[in-house]
Amino acid sequence: MKKISTGNKAVAEAVKQVVPAVVAAYPITPQTEIVEQIAEFVSSGELKSRYIAVESEHSAMAACIGASITGVRTFTATSSHGLLYMHEMTNWAAGARLPIVMATVNRSLGPGWNIWAEHTDALQERDTGWLQVYVSTVQEAYDATLMAFRIAEHNDVLLPVMVNLDGFLLSHIMQPLDTVDIGDFIPPIHLPHAIDVKNPAGYGCLTAPDQQVMFRWDIEKSIRDSAKVIEETEKEFTKRFGRKYGMTEDYQCADAEVIIVAMGTLGKEAEVAVDLLRKEGIKAGSMRLRWLRPFPKLNLVGKQVVVIDRDYSFGRGGILATEIMAQTKEEVFSVIAGLGGQEVTYEDMADFVRKRRMGTEFWFGVKNHV
Amino acid sequence: MIDPRSHGALGRSIHNHQQELNTIPEIPKEKYILKCTSACAGCSDSLALRYVLKAAGPDTVLVVPACCTSVIQGTYPNTAFNVPVYNIAFASAAACASGMSNAFRAAGKKTNVIAYAGDGGTLDIGIQAMSGAFERGTDFLYICYDNEAYGNTGMQRSGGTPLGARTTTTPAGKTEGKKDIDAIIAAHDPPYQATACAAYPQDIFKKVKKALTFRGPTFIHILAPCPPGWRYSTEKSVEMGKLAVKSGMWVLYEREYGKLTIGAQSKAAMKKPIALEEYLAPQGRFKGIDTKTVEILRQRIAKNYAKLQAEEATP
Repeated sequence: MKKISTGNKAVAEAVKQVVPAVVAAYPITPQTEIVEQIAEFVSSGELKSRYIAVESEHSAMAACIGASITGVRTFTATSSHGLLYMHEMTNWAAGARLPIVMATVNRSLGPGWNIWAEHTDALQERDTGWLQVYVSTVQEAYDATLMAFRIAEHNDVLLPVMVNLDGFLLSHIMQPLDTVDIGDFIPPIHLPHAIDVKNPAGYGCLTAPDQQVMFRWDIEKSIRDSAKVIEETEKEFTKRFGRKYGMTEDYQCADAEVIIVAMGTLGKEAEVAVDLLRKEGIKAGSMRLRWLRPFPKLNLVGKQVVVIDRDYSFGRGGILATEIMAQTKEEVFSVIAGLGGQEVTYEDMADFVRKRRMGTEFWFGVKNHV
Repeated sequence: MIDPRSHGALGRSIHNHQQELNTIPEIPKEKYILKCTSACAGCSDSLALRYVLKAAGPDTVLVVPACCTSVIQGTYPNTAFNVPVYNIAFASAAACASGMSNAFRAAGKKTNVIAYAGDGGTLDIGIQAMSGAFERGTDFLYICYDNEAYGNTGMQRSGGTPLGARTTTTPAGKTEGKKDIDAIIAAHDPPYQATACAAYPQDIFKKVKKALTFRGPTFIHILAPCPPGWRYSTEKSVEMGKLAVKSGMWVLYEREYGKLTIGAQSKAAMKKPIALEEYLAPQGRFKGIDTKTVEILRQRIAKNYAKLQAEEATP
């Protein structure tokens, strides 16, 4: 069904169709519309979920954990400080192998109080064992949320999945949304280690070093295996509903000499910059990284790489740039742009490419920073 | 008396508690705490928990935050507990239990969800999640077993440590009093709350049985004397618990739909409380406590009991 929706409402719409048994959530700008919409669905009876209006994000994730371990489907959503506040429990969710799905509406971190788009919040969750996908359109927010449940709950994965959408730039933007009848696209959840009072077990007991190593390795193994599950799921999604997704979204990459790599809405906007550059005779392409975890194998051989980070790791560099430099020998021009919701247009991006200085870092909007 | 209907008619039944507490319950033979726990010698937490689980029965899940009970279960892949135990991060027992209870109820299951946390996980780091879960009317039983310090980490002060007690972070004795968590719980107006003491296991059994008959959040606060923490010899845990009640340092009571009833044991004890020194002297944690502090403790005992009596007398 075709309609017009915000990114937030698109996520809520997907959640409604997937019917989690429990949604535990706490409001935070710019995520609030998701939880309000879900509360509305529950209140009107359109969604038969238990909605737990918890008193904090830490409790939101703890409640999802408590619900999930009984073997039911769970969902939550947060942003920025909310995500950081639940950080202890995001680690717990992954360690406990619980297929919780969470939408993160990416937002800058204080101080100062800045509510606009930035990826540093979710990137601080990079090492927790969550799968992370970054979306770029309202339609993709909906599609990725649907697929997140199928991927998380797959028996070869059993890890939580985070769907990331840019605060305001996507959460509050109205775009066309085509909802689908999901049918049996998402099979009933079966958690092999769900609590069974007839077969009592201790969960998260005291664990000796040798066993802890194995638990950690199991997570790593599953997150590696998840790449195949993601691929299968996205293929099945295309087969059923037509829309095509991959680990990255590549645009004009084949013959490109310079490739812009970015995530979220910036990654989409880069396609317009590519068109502009091509008109000028610059062989540009763009690669929008969709999945940060598992980190895909990027084909960047022989290309100049311009990475745009809407995030930063102080004392090291753009986080995406650092990840890419760890994987490829190609030279990278690392651009830090869009922090705190800073406006970055396709013309700005084209300019990053035109004025690229390979092997250096450039902070957009900062004068005399080198 | 508060109208039970003010709780959304959540209560399944109102018991004649006095009559019930004066009878000796039949304790089931089933054991849910098996041999080979890694509890310290003389641990009264494991004694209390044994009766908690006998009362709750097999259709029960324990949610345990970081505390002595996380250790007592034993080391993976073994466990000494014969009910499912979900161990969770320190601050989040009540929130986790909240999700679990909702998930069970959504699936039409009546499984008892019992958050079982220490004083640190309840009075201090877990208080926000607990307050939230009570305010939301979560259908669960929250039990705080209180050994009046962070026992698991080697006895640091908690909000539950009494005035004058030495801990590793109050080497000269705590200069503040014990936080009245029961009053804080009462402010949430739960259908049922009670205090208990590990030295009175039958009383624990009855109170847990009763708490689990209510729908909505219920609370039991169990005093759990701790030999290494309180520094008394290991065979004296039951004696310590009894001295706590007999001196009035610990008062047994129940509050059902807001109506307070002081327990028969405490009523009998408070007719003529033993000298407070009888309770303090065997405990190394009170060694060297000055007479002024003892006097303050004595005044607080009197004030607390008078307050409870006044509440009980309120129709």
